[in-house]
Amino acid sequence: MSAFLNIVSKDLRLALRQRSDLTMAVLFFILTAMLFPFGLGPEPNLLARIAPGIIWVTALLSVLLSLERIFLADYEDGSLEQLVLSRASLEIAILAKVLAHWLTTGLPLILAAPLIALLFNMDTEAMTILLFAMLLGTPSLSLIGAIAATLTLGARRGGVLIPLLVLPLYIPTLIFGVGAIDAAMNSLEAGAVIANARPHLLLLGAILLVSLLITPLAGAAALKQALE
Amino acid sequence: MSVFHRFANPNRFLKLTNTVLPWISGITVLSLLAGLYMAFFTSPPDYQQGETVRIMYIHVPSAWMAMFIYSSIAFASVCSLIWRHPLADLAAKASAPIGAGFTFLALATGSLWGKPMWGAWWVWDARLTSVLILFFLYLGHMALMNAFEEQERGNRAAAVLAIVGFVNIPIIKFSVDWWNTLHQPASVMRADGPSIDPSMLWPLLIMGLAFKFFYLVVVLIRIKSELIEAKLRKYRRAVVDNA
Repeated sequence: MSAFLNIVSKDLRLALRQRSDLTMAVLFFILTAMLFPFGLGPEPNLLARIAPGIIWVTALLSVLLSLERIFLADYEDGSLEQLVLSRASLEIAILAKVLAHWLTTGLPLILAAPLIALLFNMDTEAMTILLFAMLLGTPSLSLIGAIAATLTLGARRGGVLIPLLVLPLYIPTLIFGVGAIDAAMNSLEAGAVIANARPHLLLLGAILLVSLLITPLAGAAALKQALE
Repeated sequence: MSVFHRFANPNRFLKLTNTVLPWISGITVLSLLAGLYMAFFTSPPDYQQGETVRIMYIHVPSAWMAMFIYSSIAFASVCSLIWRHPLADLAAKASAPIGAGFTFLALATGSLWGKPMWGAWWVWDARLTSVLILFFLYLGHMALMNAFEEQERGNRAAAVLAIVGFVNIPIIKFSVDWWNTLHQPASVMRADGPSIDPSMLWPLLIMGLAFKFFYLVVVLIRIKSELIEAKLRKYRRAVVDNA
């Protein structure tokens, strides 16, 4: 457990000292989302209708930007090798790295999401569901992305490869993430919002649990190969 | 397991391949000819779709192969990671482009079929969409395999990816189905499947058999050429070392 906390706090400290990394994903998120009204026109109803999809897709792309960073610096300066050689469990270490990545990428995105929802004219109920969905969905994005990050360590053009590996695997999260908000927006009675969004949120939770299981196993296997 | 390990020896494998290859090549050619003849001449046109239904005899077996070959790659990857079976990596490497080819064929014929049936080259139908995602899984697998200086590392990384992808395929399939029913309640799905008439079922099954044997032939030839190439590399190195 102490190894877990050590890794998390080390990564957080590193991220806080290089604040540009921390803000880049959020800035990218807001800027790309901001482009859509220019592309599609400023009509409020249209924007409210497509807001869930735009927020999720841009959040996905922002997470993609920072995936390479999860392991690359540690790989290049050798601390990853120390981690593999140490007696600490590699699976736990990977979960710690992923948690740190989520805290520095996923969480800021969730905090920025209401701002975009506001710009896109979403109502408050849909916004609440959006936050719940992102809370359940963005950790899966970090987890699934971490697999690709470990697999591409030391690859030629690793950064270009990651989107190709990761985006097909992100599709279920995107579908249920958007589905939850769509269901909430389409419900007519006020009380039915949660009930309508519930199956989508549960499925997002299921994806999270499955990725919590797969990522440490696949990631540990990939890390061992990368450092062989 | 003994048979499994027996063919870990490349020479033994090559010998077996050389005896089997003419036979399965023959089966491929014969079943392909028979299947195509039946598909084009003896099977009836569909009462609704007319002659375009004949696209099915290429399209459906391609889609079967797309899924079958990805499963084979995942199986080979498990063998490669657990037993370090020397031929498993080669099998996965040899299979991937063939699988991607069949997936592309399924997409292209599906699109050609969609134009007269649905009036559009592409609709976001659940099946088409999941095959498209499968195509990208293939591309990622192939790209990762070739992304490293040492082939060994590429093979291992691609093996892990193939297994992760295989676990994900049912999840992706399910979510796409769900997404599709939400967005397109009146989807244009035909009621084929088991209710299909024998006059259409037989050519379809024979084409499926032909495609499967075609895959077997090509994959064996590709593994063989990889093995020969490795041998050549060894000889060349020996020559350089002696000089």
